[in-house]
Amino acid sequence: MASAHSIPSIEERFEFTSGAKRNLIIGGAIGAALVVVGVYLAATGGGGHQEAEAAHGAVNAITGHAAAGHEAAGHAEEHHVSWLTRIWANLWVNAVYFTGISVVGMFFISYNYLAQAGWSAVFKRVPEAMPAFLPVTGIIMLVVFFLGGHDLFHWTHSEVYEVGGPEYDEVLAGKQGYLNTPFFVGRMIFYFVAWYFMWRKIRQFSLEEDQIGGTELYDKSIRLGTAFLVVFGVTSSTSAWDFVMSVDPHWFSTMFGWYTLASWHVAGLAVITLTVVMLRERGYLKAVNSSHLRDLGKFVFAFSIFWTYVWFAQFLLIYYANQPEEIIYFIERFRGHGSIFKAPFFITLFLNFFLPFLVLMTRDSKFTHSILKVACWSVIIGHYMDFYTNIMPGSAGDTAGFGPLEWGFFIVFICGFVWSMATQLEKANLIPKHHPMLEESLHHDIA
Amino acid sequence: MAELSGKYLVGVYDDDDTVLHAVPRLRKAGVKIQEVYSPFPIHGMDDALGHPRTRIGIAAFMFGVTGCCVALTLMIWTMGIDWPMIVGGKDSISLPNYIPITFELTVLFTAFGMVTTFFISNGLSPAAHKHERFDVRATDNKFVMAINLGRNSMSEDEISRALRDSGAEEVNIKQF
Repeated sequence: MASAHSIPSIEERFEFTSGAKRNLIIGGAIGAALVVVGVYLAATGGGGHQEAEAAHGAVNAITGHAAAGHEAAGHAEEHHVSWLTRIWANLWVNAVYFTGISVVGMFFISYNYLAQAGWSAVFKRVPEAMPAFLPVTGIIMLVVFFLGGHDLFHWTHSEVYEVGGPEYDEVLAGKQGYLNTPFFVGRMIFYFVAWYFMWRKIRQFSLEEDQIGGTELYDKSIRLGTAFLVVFGVTSSTSAWDFVMSVDPHWFSTMFGWYTLASWHVAGLAVITLTVVMLRERGYLKAVNSSHLRDLGKFVFAFSIFWTYVWFAQFLLIYYANQPEEIIYFIERFRGHGSIFKAPFFITLFLNFFLPFLVLMTRDSKFTHSILKVACWSVIIGHYMDFYTNIMPGSAGDTAGFGPLEWGFFIVFICGFVWSMATQLEKANLIPKHHPMLEESLHHDIA
Repeated sequence: MAELSGKYLVGVYDDDDTVLHAVPRLRKAGVKIQEVYSPFPIHGMDDALGHPRTRIGIAAFMFGVTGCCVALTLMIWTMGIDWPMIVGGKDSISLPNYIPITFELTVLFTAFGMVTTFFISNGLSPAAHKHERFDVRATDNKFVMAINLGRNSMSEDEISRALRDSGAEEVNIKQF
């Protein structure tokens, strides 16, 4: 098949056209307008609180003493949190999600280097462009933590550590060695600095390689990529505990690191695939053939299943064992807060598993642009919902909802992310022309 | 696998690349090739030969659906209807509990079904001697092209010459 094709030119410059910039600005403005509307609605007080209170009582009754003990204290506090919490929580959800997508770009390059993979060389610039967004999300997360940390994270309240005090919380006191503000902020800064600067270095190697060629920079990239995988192997888990699991500080799951990584990873792969497809539709990346697209489609297909596998493994153990301190997590999402999280909970499963699984199953669908786009958008929105259902109940709780505020923030983040990616793609030849594996990649053929 | 009967011209090649390039050349010249036998899969050969795509994927899906249904029926019947059982305080019929076994039986049915289908449709069972091999060296170090003369309008000489021109080192005649 490949032998019959002629290989298109590898000299390609991506142009971030003024039209594209205008569209992104319009998109961002629409998002911002939705945010303003959402903030106004939230500030003037949306209804639904009465029902939520009733449901709360039910949850506490069902889960018995574990809920009645510390959860009641937590909920009592949530009731007088301001509508601002919903805004902080939204910023946090999006920032965590896009941090993950960005860092998965680096993750993808790294494991491709470690495996000395050849096929991916031709579109390597796409994942390479993703981590440039890390400083943005990093700064947003730090600011949100300092301004809204008390609203989002129950463990940041000092009174829960006062022995004998009315708010004293034995469980949180036991976790204080790990969950305390200085260590938390230190870890957060470390994650972003390590991820970002390792990416900067590998990006620099890649751009230099475009000028001088040779295999020396390739070998260096393998070493750096391997080092990143070691760093990310630890930090992906710890950041998942910090960013997502610590929103519900009493609850824990030993699968959570994997679960979050699976979520980030498949979302990142969907972004890579979607970007490749969209670049091809705009006349770029002609050297990407149907075999590359099929392999990318398989990646999205396979890791959708992987995410579901981890999600289900976590769910089944908790469901089966039915321990109050564990099952509260799912009870809260099913029946808590007026059942507002029940729909996102099931929509997540549909968008992240059933739809990509059925749509990407056949061979031809994996290189059909329209089907790939549907599957990728499904995964991208689905995993946003995944982080939403993980973070919102423990932070915004009753004040949460799904309206203009949520859509607005999500759209603003998408536009910002695309802008950052396009800026990076413009900086270099779209195909790494001196990558040692490029020849293999151009002839990639899985028949 | 098409029935093997009639007179065949068998081209023997020494190199996978030669045979891969010979196929489109011969087809362009008007030769109808029945099959190419090779000790290992040659990338791009299916497309070069113009074979219709395998339908084993459809078979796999059917086997998978069968396995899924068998598993669910088995568990719902035995655990929920025939002798209702409560395990871990859950309902007798509780879907989350059934998912691991459903998954396993789906995979099992798919795998066994696909392998069986593949062996049967290719006549690969140890008991099946449906056809003689065109050239036993195709399982070792040679690449063998089979051309059914009955299905070709070109003469034997013409095809034989075309085979040699395309790089065949031997051209043999086989009669079944």
